[in-house]
Amino acid sequence: MPKARTKSPIYGLLAEFDTPAALLVAAGHVREKGYRRMDAYTPFPVEGLAALLGFRYTRVPLITLIGGIFGGLAGYALQYWISAVNYPINVGGRPLHSWPSFIPVTFELSILGAALAAVLGMLALNGLPMPYHPVFHIPRFALASRDRFFLCIESSDSKFDRQETRHFLESLGPRDISDVPY
Amino acid sequence: MNKAAAYLPGSEIQRVQSGAVWVGISGFSLCLLGAYWNRVQFFHSYLFAFLFWTGIALGCLAIMMLHHLTAGAWGMVIRRLLESGSKTLALMAFLFVPLIFGLRSIYSWTQPIQLPSQQLEYLNIPFFIARAALYFLIWLWIVYLLGRWSQEQERGEGSRLLRKMRLLSGPGLVLYGLTASFAAIDWIMSLEPHWYSTIFGLLVIGGQVLSAMAFVIVALVLLAARQPLVGIVQPRHFHDLGKLLLAFVMIWAYLAFSQLLIIWSGNLTEEIPWYLHRWQGGWLWIGILLIVFHFALPFFLLLSRDLKRSGKTLAILAMFLLLMRAMDLFWLVVPGFSPERFRIHWMDVAASIGVGGLWLAFFIWQLKKRSLLPVGDPQLPPALERTHE
Repeated sequence: MPKARTKSPIYGLLAEFDTPAALLVAAGHVREKGYRRMDAYTPFPVEGLAALLGFRYTRVPLITLIGGIFGGLAGYALQYWISAVNYPINVGGRPLHSWPSFIPVTFELSILGAALAAVLGMLALNGLPMPYHPVFHIPRFALASRDRFFLCIESSDSKFDRQETRHFLESLGPRDISDVPY
Repeated sequence: MNKAAAYLPGSEIQRVQSGAVWVGISGFSLCLLGAYWNRVQFFHSYLFAFLFWTGIALGCLAIMMLHHLTAGAWGMVIRRLLESGSKTLALMAFLFVPLIFGLRSIYSWTQPIQLPSQQLEYLNIPFFIARAALYFLIWLWIVYLLGRWSQEQERGEGSRLLRKMRLLSGPGLVLYGLTASFAAIDWIMSLEPHWYSTIFGLLVIGGQVLSAMAFVIVALVLLAARQPLVGIVQPRHFHDLGKLLLAFVMIWAYLAFSQLLIIWSGNLTEEIPWYLHRWQGGWLWIGILLIVFHFALPFFLLLSRDLKRSGKTLAILAMFLLLMRAMDLFWLVVPGFSPERFRIHWMDVAASIGVGGLWLAFFIWQLKKRSLLPVGDPQLPPALERTHE
């Protein structure tokens, strides 16, 4: 977002908390205040955090379903084209378009299509693998995999204001607040 | 500390049981009246009803042993339902007796027909009855032991008994697989004695397990909405049961289609008449309805996470699947009596309701004797924990 970039040339504000309970309280206040574009980084799953961050259903199931249907149709079409159009062979007097014998391969390719779509769709939606992320600029962020709990309000949030948001975060009693550059 | 009393079913269940008894007796009386006019039809209808409800009881036994082997929270909330369901096998053993008097009206191999002599060494009335007695003895023996150990759990020593139940359930499942296969061959496949299919036993077993899972889900949802289970059964339990229901729907479809594919590919004169009997005169439409409503519709609906996590929607679908199970069994059994011409008699319905009423009454009688949850089992507390998802 170029506009947000000119307004606030940082990625966001990162607040560091000592305990999961403090993080939960803070996330609750941030959500109440109306911020939506935020993320939390913790060494282990914190119960109730996902709901406060506004986790919703992803589109992975839909992508998987579409992948499965596409795989199945492709599998059936391939067999039909081979057996009935491109290279018709009379097998024991059965019709060229013998649907019962097409079902196993159709089923297998539905699974293949669904599985590939699920993995690729998941990667496309969550952006992994992600070798670079702005929060890596903050040296203390390494503690997120040990014993600290981080909450980041991103500058792309419409309510984000570098000064105001920092004051607000300070009022939540974090151990530390850092500007996260791009 | 008497936790067992905390989960005793409410008084409402008593009314349901009396209702079931009356429905059962009315259905039976109607059928006896019908038997006076049409003895042969009575036995045909009675066989269908017997097979449907025995199937649910056997499916309960199979799922129960499966759970003893694998554990999991899903099985703890339905354990009493499975136990009570499998105990109805005692009733079904008793209800097998009328069939003995109708074998000559049901099975064509009791008449002098063209069959290889080796086949007649297997298919004859004394051996048929002896085998049935053996099946019921084995089933009731497993049900008795598992039931007794489960009762002892309430008095302590839960983990030692868990081990015993697990040790029996492994061989028990093997025995169930063998006996249920042979029972399917004897009771259903021999209706058309020239025909054979090696996958048939598994197909019937798959149907039994699916029927039982559907029944147990309906019963659990009804119980979970009332005291003492309000707030105990959680969405994650329904979610797991829904996943198993989906798996069983798929297994049924896989087995049913495999049988068709193998026989269709082989195209042998001994094998295809079974399908030809079900390919015309209205039976074909039942077959198509089965593909759509026994497989496709439940399959796509059960993919939904929300549907599985809501007890209410899951129970509606399970109820519908129970109906489809009856339709599938009807399609397996009745064309043996009426090939190439669809036929349904009022006694088919009356007998199913009659046997069903008695079955349900027996089921509730067993269920209300004890707490609705296996309180002595050390696996119960973790199964009821509220977990974050």
